[in-house]
Amino acid sequence: MNEMTNKIIGTPLDRVDGPAKVTGQATYTADYRPTGKTAEGFIVEAAAAPGKIRKIDTQAAEASDGVIAVLTHHNAPKQNPYGTPEEAGRFTQSHAMLESDHVRHVGDPVALVIAETLEQARHAAKLVRVEVETSEGTFDQFAADVEIAKPDSLDGADEVDTSTGDFEKEFAASDVTVEASYFTGAQHSAAMEPHATVAEWDGDELTVHMAIQIVAPGLKAFANTLGIEADKVRILSPFVGGGFGSKLGVHNDAILAALGAKVTGRPVRVVQTRRNVFSNAPHRSKHRQDLKIGADASGKLKAISHDSLAAMARNYPFAEAPASPTRASYFAPAIKTTHRVVEADIPRVDSMRAPGEAIGTLTFETAIDEIAEQCGIDPVEFRLQNDADRDPNSGAPLADRRLSECIREGAKKFGWDGRVTPGRRREGNKLIGRGMASAIRPNFLVPAEAEVVLSANGQLRVRLDMTDIGTGTYTILTQVAAETLAIPVDQITVELGDSHFPASSGSGGSFGAASCGSAVFDACGKLSKLLQQRLSGKGIAANAISVEGDRVRAGGNDYALADLVDDGALTVKGAVDPSEFDHGEEEYSYGALFSEVEVDVDSGEIRVRRLLGAFDAGRILNEKTARSQLMGGMIFGIGGALLEESTMDTRYGSFMNRDFAEYHIAVNRDVPELEVHMLEGFSEKSNPLGSKGIGELGICGTGPAIANAIYEATGCRVRKFPIHMEDLLQHLPQG
Amino acid sequence: MHAMHPLRITVNGQEHRADIDPRRSLLDFARDSLNLTGPKKGCDHGQCGACTMIVNGRRINSCLSLAVSHEGDEVTTIEGLAEGSDLSALQRAFVEHDAFQCGFCTPGQICSATALLDELKEGLPSVVSSPDKLAEMDEEIRERMSGNLCRCGAYNNIVAAISSVAGDKS
Ligand code: FES
Ligand code: FES
Repeated sequence: MNEMTNKIIGTPLDRVDGPAKVTGQATYTADYRPTGKTAEGFIVEAAAAPGKIRKIDTQAAEASDGVIAVLTHHNAPKQNPYGTPEEAGRFTQSHAMLESDHVRHVGDPVALVIAETLEQARHAAKLVRVEVETSEGTFDQFAADVEIAKPDSLDGADEVDTSTGDFEKEFAASDVTVEASYFTGAQHSAAMEPHATVAEWDGDELTVHMAIQIVAPGLKAFANTLGIEADKVRILSPFVGGGFGSKLGVHNDAILAALGAKVTGRPVRVVQTRRNVFSNAPHRSKHRQDLKIGADASGKLKAISHDSLAAMARNYPFAEAPASPTRASYFAPAIKTTHRVVEADIPRVDSMRAPGEAIGTLTFETAIDEIAEQCGIDPVEFRLQNDADRDPNSGAPLADRRLSECIREGAKKFGWDGRVTPGRRREGNKLIGRGMASAIRPNFLVPAEAEVVLSANGQLRVRLDMTDIGTGTYTILTQVAAETLAIPVDQITVELGDSHFPASSGSGGSFGAASCGSAVFDACGKLSKLLQQRLSGKGIAANAISVEGDRVRAGGNDYALADLVDDGALTVKGAVDPSEFDHGEEEYSYGALFSEVEVDVDSGEIRVRRLLGAFDAGRILNEKTARSQLMGGMIFGIGGALLEESTMDTRYGSFMNRDFAEYHIAVNRDVPELEVHMLEGFSEKSNPLGSKGIGELGICGTGPAIANAIYEATGCRVRKFPIHMEDLLQHLPQG
Repeated sequence: MHAMHPLRITVNGQEHRADIDPRRSLLDFARDSLNLTGPKKGCDHGQCGACTMIVNGRRINSCLSLAVSHEGDEVTTIEGLAEGSDLSALQRAFVEHDAFQCGFCTPGQICSATALLDELKEGLPSVVSSPDKLAEMDEEIRERMSGNLCRCGAYNNIVAAISSVAGDKS
């Protein structure tokens, strides 16, 4: 390898797509301009649900300026029934829209108005008159008379319920116990780019530009919805303006655009409005989480139980696993977890960044803080002494368990000086508190394929259907290719988000970089070998080669690439097979979060003053983009602890705060200078690159570190999230 | 037909004359009439800053402003900040400091920051300034950039990028 490309994995290479993004040249879905004249689609939402459309009057809308068509269930093209085939799962089954007079939830599309311009479509949408005959719906899983069920499966976890040891016995025998119910609010991913699609038909072939995280299953979703073959569909998604789980699959705008384009014979663009996003894109359910924890007098955990209750959108099977971290964080002889759901007539519930852990660590790690305190043990010490040496739930060995290292490193970097009596750290009228929490998130590897094409001129193209949703994929894959083939970065072009390229993992579950990186690593390794073979075929000994310009270097000489490739280019495919890494050990990424907050003694206003994380995500693939991912996660954590909640009017099943004025995400001034420390590591059991997932890790543990700091500041344990100033007001010291 | 309105406007140094729908926002005018798709629509309600443009030297949320109200105005969008392939100092700093992830908020962030540097130079106060002087630079930047949301959470890096350029200028 030459000096330049050796060891480029891990370096803080600037994003290769950076210049495009800072000049406005990166084309997101809504920026795509088809050659044909695009028509604009505007969604008409149901104002009441569940129920049946009694009457829908589109006459005035149809007569309005510029309107080309108004689609309703009366004239929409035929589709396969919603949710079929049932066994296909939520990413690939039919997402039929406007299929009948049935209205599922408030905000469900009942019409699509298609016009020449957005102004015309938006205006005409207001002229559509809809009458819905409502029937009784379920909107609140916490209500008294709801039907509670065990979901068939959980997102990202093997078992819905688990039980090890004898919980009742161990809990009864505990010297110290904590028992509490926690509430976490509903949340929306609210990526800055609203969901958008531009659909075009050419005969029986459909091309969709759309914002999507995982491309390949999307093809099947279109096929299963529209009753066509998946190979007649092409999805393009070169830039995605954030996903955070909300764009994993195909959503309403995509199907509506495809239907609209079919009917009008024109390219149709449907961009969700910000209000649409809160009802036509998925959300995280609000949860009740009941926790019981018992320990002996020395602070050894004896018993833990964690029971979760969420809503599941009717006919859309998804349940989150908040007790996932509880199963894996600390050892206790008895651990019992359950997950229950109530089917509700609400917009889709689906993955949001760090499903399970984001809200699971929020409650579990606050309860751990509470029991540590009751045992009279420092929370850092308490966690260290309860660290697990095997998986607490399954008993399986743990690969590269580094939780304690993260805690020690974080404590040192933060200057953790132990707990004080609540209210003791005071500066003027500010109550200061410090808190910490552990972070844990399962590490996944999923199948991925990639193709590399080396041209005679030395240009390397790396292709796969992977997406870059802000995660740095373009850059990381460039680095993997550069190091593996020993080729300069500026000779590499990574091409993503096209279903014509090999199918990959897509972006989700923090598995993208490891899975796709490994596939590219494999492809480039094979390409390098092939070049070596061809050189030796010419009698040239080549144990190590590198590519520079249009030459291959080997053994001190260089040779023209043109003589080594066929027909001007060499194409090689690579893949990663997760079963090769199936070693029976449980894998997680780890972290420890430390925070300092101030609470205004008069108003209860909470400000985060410091937030520090120490993380183990194996080998870091790009120091710069990894840090950004962790910081972004930590900011989501601030949101979960203090700001974000989608509030539903449970009388009618409608979200009430459907915009950024009312759904509060952290703004610049809400965020202090974040301190991020990444432990050096190489997780050889995880994948060939030695990396672990990082995109969701930063959220885990951040919220509880803040909540625990609020406790130290005020002496108040708030058991609902987000924590607001009014939750603290009554508990603040007078004067 | 909705009556169209004539508009004369200069965008990124180029004068345009158009007959436009009076309901069209400045943002949609740029995106749909001029095909300048750099400015982004994150909310269409003045709540996110993704659509920020510089109009006659001041930053505005272009989604909240009707295009017809900009007769004779000089508008700069993200497309107008680089000189050919030479990025502006802020654009370079955003890349170097990794001041974005998905990049969707970035055109708005950079337009906002560009105008912010002039506000600082003029000594215009913000809510964190004291009556006679500005607060510490990073604090001023954090406050003044709080109208530009970033769901990816690039905030620290945005502050670092802007302050690196503001530092050079002062
Ligand atoms: S799009 Fe204009 S402020 Fe959000
Ligand atoms: S970079 Fe994604 S929203 Fe700011």
